[in-house]
Amino acid sequence: MSEILDKLHTYFQLPVIRYAMVVGLLIALCSSLLGVTLVMKRFSFIGDGLSHVAFGAMAVATVAGVTNNMLIIMPVTIAAAILLLRTGSKTKIKGDAAIAMISVGALALGYMLMNIAAQSGNKRTSSNVTADVCSTLFGSTSILTLSITDVWICVGMSVFVVAVFLIFYNKIFAVTFDESFAKATGVRSDMYNLLIAVVIAVIIVFAMNFVGSLLISALIIFPALSAMRIFKSFRSVIICSVIISLFCAASGLIIAILVGTPVGSTIVSADICVFFAFCLASFIMKKGR
Amino acid sequence: MGALLKCENVSLGYEGDVVTKGLNFTVNSGDYLCIVGENGSGKSTLIKALLGLKPQLSGNIELCGEVGKNEIGYLPQQTMVQRDFPASVREIVLSGCMNRCGLRPFYNKEEKKLAKDMMERLEITPLARRCYRELSGGQQQRVLLARALCAARKMILLDEPVTGLDPKATNEMYELIGSLNKKDGITVIMVSHDMNAAVRYASHILHVGRKQLFFGTKDDYLTSKTGQAFLTVMGGDDDE
Ligand SMILES: Nc1ncnc2c1ncn2[C@@H]1O[C@H](COP(=O)(O)OP(=O)(O)O)[C@@H](O)[C@H]1O
Ligand SMILES: [Mg+2]
Repeated sequence: MSEILDKLHTYFQLPVIRYAMVVGLLIALCSSLLGVTLVMKRFSFIGDGLSHVAFGAMAVATVAGVTNNMLIIMPVTIAAAILLLRTGSKTKIKGDAAIAMISVGALALGYMLMNIAAQSGNKRTSSNVTADVCSTLFGSTSILTLSITDVWICVGMSVFVVAVFLIFYNKIFAVTFDESFAKATGVRSDMYNLLIAVVIAVIIVFAMNFVGSLLISALIIFPALSAMRIFKSFRSVIICSVIISLFCAASGLIIAILVGTPVGSTIVSADICVFFAFCLASFIMKKGR
Repeated sequence: MGALLKCENVSLGYEGDVVTKGLNFTVNSGDYLCIVGENGSGKSTLIKALLGLKPQLSGNIELCGEVGKNEIGYLPQQTMVQRDFPASVREIVLSGCMNRCGLRPFYNKEEKKLAKDMMERLEITPLARRCYRELSGGQQQRVLLARALCAARKMILLDEPVTGLDPKATNEMYELIGSLNKKDGITVIMVSHDMNAAVRYASHILHVGRKQLFFGTKDDYLTSKTGQAFLTVMGGDDDE
């Protein structure tokens, strides 16, 4: 045990590890905030679709050789978020199909673009591409190569997300719980839906580097689903999912560093474990009553 | 006593199928309008159209100057609340005050007090911390009513408000709505199957079928052919 602690202690002497921890916790915090809304508004599919779009945009940015790929990824993902929200609110089946089309399409195009670029370009080999693709999909170890600038960008993003969430907390609740009542009584629900979509897009783009685009939805949804097993009010569910998310990110990251497993999937595995623990707990609580 | 709401030649329906047509009526400030009609005659659809939740097929629905969109309360017939939505009773009732906030992010003291008073009035204070989805149908109805009352400053639209309530609660509910109308001067538009209550409390009656069958004051309704026929069918007593 003390051996492990020693090892951790030496690791945490390294700035990169500390940066990774800070960024990881911030992303975990942000992504857990909107989990309940995403689940309850049946926006989960939008989260999924968006992460694929973000992947496609990343591929385009890589191929185009843009140095700051955020400049492409962020606007494209936000635009996609707005688009998906518009189609998603129309008739259910068509909306679903449109989302599947956009997300899978973006995935396929992105992968193809990366391969074409690899063949025509000279410095990339196809195994490089596979590695690239793999890391964008499942999260890279680049989380362990963050600079202090990256950390500050992430802090800025988190401040934005948390501020928006706190300022609009009551409105988000009203719009999530009963949109037609909100609309009927003069609350501008369209605007708040848009806001929710934009914030989700921002979170997804930032979390992509951390856990990869395929695993983001898990990071957003699992803590909320776990918390909903036990807690019954909106506020307590959100507080609990934040705690779960922070705990899972921290423990996942530490395990990943110690054992050398991929960061993203380790964190998501931690989330899954907590989910089953909460399921069990709620089952026992029901039995006990 | 200005007009708050005007309907001119409105027809309603879904994807081209006309449900009801020829709706012409005006609701004045302080009115208590009861909308009656058989199941499926388009009462709920009309309420949604009045609230702007559903566009009319043709005609004109106008909310007149005196009442703003954010001064209206609404009790839906069915709420599409998902089965496992985590929300406490207090959170839901408080969300009725949302339309008073404007851009202000949090509820102020008055709004919190209003929500508390409404919970008190509907006798759901002991449930305040309970989860909405674990309540009985009647309790849920009262929670949604409390929310609607919080939102209503000038006007309230109620779609079958007593569904799921026991007789005692039903009476109290009608008394409450009545006093809201008389004492607080809130304009009431209510859909009801309960003809007794309709003739007892309402000032105006709108009877819808495939088209508008009647609109006018309650007294006129009681002497009209439509009114008498419907009252016999629905078993309301017309000896009041
Ligand atoms: N979402 C909908 N899509 C299509 N038709 C609907 C929808 N809602 C209601 N209808 C139809 O419109 C008619 C009127 O419904 P409604 O307004 O709920 O009646 P009421 O409230 O008077 O019982 C019914 O025939 C119903 O089948
Ligand atoms: Mg109805």
